[in-house]
Amino acid sequence: MKNELRRILSESARLDVAPDSLADDADLYAAGLSSLATVHLMLAIEDEFNIEIPDRLLTRRLFSSIDSMAAAIVELQQARAA
Amino acid sequence: MNAPLLDTAVSRDEAPAHDGADAAVQLTALEAEPCWRAAAHRCTAVAAQFADAVDRDARFPSEAFDALKRERLLSAMVPVAFGGAGLSLAEVGAICETLAQGCASTAMVYAMHQIQVACIEAHGSASAWHRHLLAQLVEHQWLLASATSEETIGGNMRTSACSVELDGARFRIEKLAPTISYGAHADGILVTARRTAESAAADQVLIVALREDTQLEKRGGWDAMGMRGTCSEGFRLVATGLAEQILATPFAEIADQTMLPVSHTLWASVWTGIACDAVNRAKAFFRAQARAKPGSVPPAGLRLAEAVGLLQMMQARLSVALEAARIAHQARHGGAQADAPLAVQLGFASDMNTLKTSISNTALQVVQEVLMICGMAGYKNGTPYSVGRHLRDLHSAPLMINNDRIAQNTASLLLAQRPATPGKA
Repeated sequence: MKNELRRILSESARLDVAPDSLADDADLYAAGLSSLATVHLMLAIEDEFNIEIPDRLLTRRLFSSIDSMAAAIVELQQARAA
Repeated sequence: MNAPLLDTAVSRDEAPAHDGADAAVQLTALEAEPCWRAAAHRCTAVAAQFADAVDRDARFPSEAFDALKRERLLSAMVPVAFGGAGLSLAEVGAICETLAQGCASTAMVYAMHQIQVACIEAHGSASAWHRHLLAQLVEHQWLLASATSEETIGGNMRTSACSVELDGARFRIEKLAPTISYGAHADGILVTARRTAESAAADQVLIVALREDTQLEKRGGWDAMGMRGTCSEGFRLVATGLAEQILATPFAEIADQTMLPVSHTLWASVWTGIACDAVNRAKAFFRAQARAKPGSVPPAGLRLAEAVGLLQMMQARLSVALEAARIAHQARHGGAQADAPLAVQLGFASDMNTLKTSISNTALQVVQEVLMICGMAGYKNGTPYSVGRHLRDLHSAPLMINNDRIAQNTASLLLAQRPATPGKA
């Protein structure tokens, strides 16, 4: 999943650094993630993992690292499976 | 309103209605007018007197700025704790709107100065150097400018080519700026640059450069269609100073939270003020026309009603935006930014964007109506009904951060906004 997230980051987030060089817990805002880019990131994640991120999870923190996005995706996939 | 024509031109405010009130009540109402508002009116009178000369010669409105300094309005937005008037964004917007009824260039320079003050106040108050700067700004009524654009970068202020050179406790920066509005008249300039020579283009900081440590070499003039008094000339800027002069907050955050919302609301205030002055000219023309032919309503009446309606929509839109900016500002001070709903932040950003695009377009539409009402008297310069300067000044509005670029940005933001669906998480 984190590999897919890195691919999505490289396609839609327009970061200042290559996503492959980022640690899972690296601060993406520090790496240049803009609020506008989070919109495209959100849509790409929803499409890739076939989920819809509810407003309650849609915060600045959600997109702050690869770890935090992965955790949210797992949570939403489990909720759907249940 | 029973107020004489000249007064209505500058006193459209929230003062209690005078209609039917007796003299005693009127006196109280006048006394209740805050002193900053009266000061703004006095400065507007000066600005109006020199507006045509400033426009004709494309020169800095120095008479109006002498008045603004004398009335201590350059520190209007500085908190009371640092000696300023501590006015709110809405109140500073009201000053911009008033000034714009006298001279658009004066009002725009004033607005741009306040944007810089707001950035320092919101993001520099934790630093002793910046607190001292605000105190000095109050004492000497300093005028602050900004250098965000860059020659190789174009209009996108969110990336820089130049970078900060740090040498121990001191910095040096060199920037080729295609425009620094009133740069030659400023006491300080806020400059964007990459954090270090190794930093990415979007990893920017904002530096407060002082006039005594800044060299400006003029590279381009400002012979423009309108807003000619803003003297938005091109410069090569070389500034040095202490490392503390660099604001600690990343510029991306300063831009999103403060520079953008404050710019768009204060610019919108200026444009609304220009349109308001034009409408006042149309009203005067229409009355003169009606007087000449008692008993009939001149045909321009329909257009005047339309123009007044549009102006009221602008004023309402502006006050909604000022309220949204106030709430967003308060929410930030409440903390917990990371867990704040992103939809709210993105919604606020798109709200500020559409404010800018709609007010800039509508203001032009209003003055176009006014030109049709006043006809040749409006087309000619030097009549009480001339609106050529208003139109030329307002044509800058859709271009200051191009409306097309903003609309594209808004469209992206709208992707994150979903209609609330009942029954869904």
